[in-house]
Amino acid sequence: MSKQHSITVEINGVSGHYQVEARRLLSDFIRDELGLTGTHVGCEHGICGACTILFNGEAVRSCLMFAVQADGARIHTIEGLTRSGEIGRLQALFAEKHALQCGFCTPAMLIIAYDLLRTHASPSDAEIREGMSAALCRCTGYDGIIKAVTQAAKERAVAPPIDADQPHGRCSGKGRRA
Amino acid sequence: MNAKVLAGGQSLVPTLNFRLGRYDYLIDINGLGELAYIRLEGETLCIGAMTRQRSIERSAPVRRYAPLLAEATKSVAHLPIRTRGTIGGSLSHADPAAEYPAVLLALDGELVLQSRAGRRRVPAAEFFLGPLETALRADELLVEIVIPAARPGQGFAFREVSRRRGDFAIVGVAAALTMNAGKIGDARFALCGIGSGPVRLSEAERLLTGQVPSPALLREAGHLAARSVTPQSDLHADADYRRHLIDVLLQQVAAAAFADAGRERL
Repeated sequence: MSKQHSITVEINGVSGHYQVEARRLLSDFIRDELGLTGTHVGCEHGICGACTILFNGEAVRSCLMFAVQADGARIHTIEGLTRSGEIGRLQALFAEKHALQCGFCTPAMLIIAYDLLRTHASPSDAEIREGMSAALCRCTGYDGIIKAVTQAAKERAVAPPIDADQPHGRCSGKGRRA
Repeated sequence: MNAKVLAGGQSLVPTLNFRLGRYDYLIDINGLGELAYIRLEGETLCIGAMTRQRSIERSAPVRRYAPLLAEATKSVAHLPIRTRGTIGGSLSHADPAAEYPAVLLALDGELVLQSRAGRRRVPAAEFFLGPLETALRADELLVEIVIPAARPGQGFAFREVSRRRGDFAIVGVAAALTMNAGKIGDARFALCGIGSGPVRLSEAERLLTGQVPSPALLREAGHLAARSVTPQSDLHADADYRRHLIDVLLQQVAAAAFADAGRERL
């Protein structure tokens, strides 16, 4: 057992302190420590996208981060987004347009669609297809998913972020910024 | 003791998850906010090594002063990967299929390497030594990427072919052309997806330099480029198919870069 690290993380709006091993993957922490099993684990190397969460408001693969790196971060999982009702219309459209069958990819698809719709006010068909290719679906052939997201975009079903275009990790360097 | 620097982790963490890489220590540099910036200094665009690909993709200065980098970034995996992935991490990792090494080679960029002893600047042509191999020494960190700002009369294009959207490139070609009174003053092409690492297509470059672009000339350049390299065969594509892609993609990027050179930059 390697050294434990203390982290403070806000998860779905609630801040908490946790002890984690340095090697603990964020996806495993979310599922096994927090019991939030809506975040799925498929390939564990960033290809399938099933583990996608929102990290400081932006979609990331939680299997490619360590829990210790979430210290000080805001995380939203499918459970939090569902509870808040922010993606209610998007979820209804997924049902209506047959955008899922087995459901394994669905939490990630919803989060990817949410990030896409928040960052693109009126995405083109190509942008929707490109964006939704970020997770693998083996049931639907993507057709229903594309239809649901296209309709959601038309309806502006997802509200844009209040502090638009302020991604994390963009820090001011010294000197003049272009 | 062996240690590894953890930047965006989008290539490193998969190798750890697969137990292909084992390290006693990971040095997480995500806390170094001062390494995330995009700024114009005179005639060069300076990008901090920890700048996320997502930020590069959306940066107005990058689109204006390094449009090739902005265009190629769209082909780097998927958005959730680009949220974390960094320019410095991708260049240091030097995957032969990665877009950024080829882009930097085509743009004649430089890499700023820092150690306790000081800083040195290494041209892209001397930085990439082979697959996953760079000129970075064990005590050095890549801190900044320096790219000459695009000038009027220059045109750029990037195209790649991958099996599925977001997959590694089977072949990708980056082009940077400088037009001079209707003729090609300078042509630079760089290739990714070839197992040996990013390479310039110098024979095609020489053929085009000083010429007026025409469909016949571009066809000849494509054929020449395809013959000038020895791609590998693997389960994604055999060598002949890769050569065919180099031929076709070179013609496409050359034509697109030529058209781009005639456009006003906003």
